[in-house]
Amino acid sequence: MSMLLEVSGVSVSFDGFRAINNLSINFAPAELRAIIGPNGAGKTTFMDIVTGKTKPDSGTVIWGERNISLLGMSESQIARIGIGRKFQKPTVFEEQTVRQNLAMALKNPRGPFAVLMHRKTVANGQRIEEVAEEIGLTASLTRRAGELSHGQKQWLEIGMLLAQEPRLLLVDEPAAGMTVEEREKTTDILKRAAQTRAVVVVEHDMEFVRRLDCKVTVLHEGAVLAEGKLDSVTSNPKVIEVYLGRADA
Amino acid sequence: MNRTFTAQNPSVLWFLAALSLFTITVTLLSEATGVGLISTSFVKVLGKTLCLCLVALAMDVVWGYCGILSLGHFAFFGIGGYAVGMWLMYARTEGIVLESLSGQVIPSTPQEITDAIGNQIFGVVGSSEFPLIWGFADSLFLQLAMVVLIPGLLALVFGWLAFRSRVTGVYLSILTQAMTLALALYLFQNDSGLRGNNGLSGLQNIPGYENTPQSTISIVFFLASALALALGYLFFAWVVSGKMGSVVKGIRDNEARVRFLGYHVESYKLFIFTITAIVAGIAGALYYPQAGIINPGEIAPIASIYLAVWVAIGGRGRLYGAVIGAALVSLLSSWFTGGGAPNINMGFYTVRWTDWWLVLLGFSFVAVTLFFPKGIGGLFDYLVRKPR
Repeated sequence: MSMLLEVSGVSVSFDGFRAINNLSINFAPAELRAIIGPNGAGKTTFMDIVTGKTKPDSGTVIWGERNISLLGMSESQIARIGIGRKFQKPTVFEEQTVRQNLAMALKNPRGPFAVLMHRKTVANGQRIEEVAEEIGLTASLTRRAGELSHGQKQWLEIGMLLAQEPRLLLVDEPAAGMTVEEREKTTDILKRAAQTRAVVVVEHDMEFVRRLDCKVTVLHEGAVLAEGKLDSVTSNPKVIEVYLGRADA
Repeated sequence: MNRTFTAQNPSVLWFLAALSLFTITVTLLSEATGVGLISTSFVKVLGKTLCLCLVALAMDVVWGYCGILSLGHFAFFGIGGYAVGMWLMYARTEGIVLESLSGQVIPSTPQEITDAIGNQIFGVVGSSEFPLIWGFADSLFLQLAMVVLIPGLLALVFGWLAFRSRVTGVYLSILTQAMTLALALYLFQNDSGLRGNNGLSGLQNIPGYENTPQSTISIVFFLASALALALGYLFFAWVVSGKMGSVVKGIRDNEARVRFLGYHVESYKLFIFTITAIVAGIAGALYYPQAGIINPGEIAPIASIYLAVWVAIGGRGRLYGAVIGAALVSLLSSWFTGGGAPNINMGFYTVRWTDWWLVLLGFSFVAVTLFFPKGIGGLFDYLVRKPR
């Protein structure tokens, strides 16, 4: 099966510190993947590179069937070709209603003049209803996003990603600060989304990763340390060493 | 106007109603109708205030809605004034020169006429040559096009350079202020081609209407200013409502998020920066014929800072807030500094408002920022409970 995103041999340094060190990692068109790793392993930097926020010093990032290089594209271009990103802290537009937040994210022309001339359509309205249903915010469509609970904001942001109709979703710590029930619901949303697209979840919380029940990639010092089922990577001696410190120390 | 537009912008109808009422009242009570309860000079003050409200609207859209604290929008206002002032001054001087030369036995050559006009206009800066930038000054149409084109192009080029380098926040404010200062300093030079610190004067005399009394001219400009303000309000209300408004406010609140949603943030900023600069230019073109004179001091950075203060006091992020702030503060300012407010004699010290007005304004600004961060316009939130 051809890959949706192929990251190969990518390195990036900040002031001499190698945040990403010859990293190679691939994602299939429809899969759920968890990326774990200790602090400073390069998880967020990896997302920054894929979404165009950070330019790597070397390596290639190749996207889709037509093998387009993502390097040299701006953040907004990368978002338009189908990569959505959710930040660690829920970032929704708090002054605006849930509906406005979703409407802004809907896959539609993104130029200033197209947006200025934009008219509400029935199709867009239905799409917003569908997404709201998916994230369980149907009853809150007319509320200001700032009034939502922490968990609801996280879902709204995931909903905005879904509305973008991306082929790859990068999700940074979606379960942080959530209650047990909220986590379950988040897991369901992500699993359903991963049926038709690639969903990559960066997470600290092992319990949440276990719930996702998917392939796991362990990052350490900017490179892939291990890959596979959660049980197999957690029994990997190298992973144990990184997480728990040296056994002989 | 469709129903959803007014539903989204309930302030539009209120504003248009209030403006119409105000305009009709002033017109009926002016000297132009013979009632004369409002003097011609006060009609001019009110007309100028309407122009200041229009430029404040532009400032509110670029700052209050899009989050770009531009300290250069009064420069665009001034450029609009200069553009229209060039035609006013040229055409009027041409009329005077032609009249004085008409008595001669030998008709003057076109070159002699041009020289005479140049001598009249540029004599004060020791020159009689027409600078290149006056090339279109004989055409009202082209100079009116300049009112739109020069602020628009300047904003487009400046904004493109600044936004593509991702200059934001206070750094962008400093950059816009530097642009304003550079423009003012350039205009202060005698060889700038715009009469240095003399500026352009006699702008209240409209060529072709020499026999029309100022009472009539003032009311025409007053009405034109009111119309421009009404159209500007409608235009900006349309821009900042709907999806465009969502994106623009999104840029203000979280630029990176908007970018990762796939919007090219720089294009949006450039669009807002440019259209507001154009509206500022139009406001200036209506203001200076009522003021009668424009000089480089008008463009000094402090003017653009006042503009930000008006919008902050009025309440940014709401269009009527900008109008209220600009009208209230500029009218109070001319009342205090124009000797309208009585001095307070405390025996050992006399408080002269011409000196103390700025202190009062400064305290008001601090008070509003501390106690009413939403400005005067925010008070309306207590009157109107927003329906869920």
